[in-house]
Amino acid sequence: MTTEELNKLHIAKLVDARGTACPGPLLEAKKAIGSIKPGDIMEILSADEGTKVDVPKWCTKQGHEYLGTIDENGYFKIYMKKK
Amino acid sequence: MQQEPESLMIKLQEQIDALQAKVSTLENSRKDQLSIAIVSGDLDKIMAAMIISLAAATMDTKVKLFFSFWALSALRSKNVRGKGKNFISRMFGVMLPRGKNRLKLSKMNMAGAGPLMIKHLMKKQGVLCIDQMFKDAGELGIEIVVCEMSMNLMGFKKEEMMDYPHLSYAGAVTFVCDANESSMQLFI
Repeated sequence: MTTEELNKLHIAKLVDARGTACPGPLLEAKKAIGSIKPGDIMEILSADEGTKVDVPKWCTKQGHEYLGTIDENGYFKIYMKKK
Repeated sequence: MQQEPESLMIKLQEQIDALQAKVSTLENSRKDQLSIAIVSGDLDKIMAAMIISLAAATMDTKVKLFFSFWALSALRSKNVRGKGKNFISRMFGVMLPRGKNRLKLSKMNMAGAGPLMIKHLMKKQGVLCIDQMFKDAGELGIEIVVCEMSMNLMGFKKEEMMDYPHLSYAGAVTFVCDANESSMQLFI
């Protein structure tokens, strides 16, 4: 997805994990994913470079859909859809 | 010579059964499961083991940790003293770190300055502290198995072990069985 498309998405849940390093963001994402419905979109904020690579792999393993990442100044916005 | 169709069927059925048994053994040996034998009691190595375990557990991989030898120091509670120990056990108890917050670094320990610096850096950079790692591990259902033999060898008592929701005591066979059905096995 392009940056414009990602910015237009309806976000069901925002997880701000900028305060934690690996594997903190994924732990927070895992805790949060239980609170949304299948098909809902979750946005994860992370300042950790590794998370950008880890989230797509997590999605593939769990069957969620990884939508894309926006590189902000000093952190990343990562988008995914729950299966 | 042409075989009787019936005996041929029986033969085929036997072969299918044998194959099915083989397939199920293979399937069970590749469970989505991580087994780690943790022997080291250094702060850095315990942290590495916990971070890998947490990463696996976030992906719903079953995690089974087998704590043995020096690693048992990490599971001791800070305040509880075991009762009924002999002289050597008491010495071990005094010499070894009392719990995960008193572990040493395998390198650059510098009489305790190293761990303090690492903990400071971890806090600054938002890495989970070791207490939080064990708490999250408990919530994610990571199992800890304590090697009973090495616990007795080092003179640790069960009452000295920390409160952890999925803690059990077993022997090496348990680790081998767990590792056998896991798709990932590590030794730290």
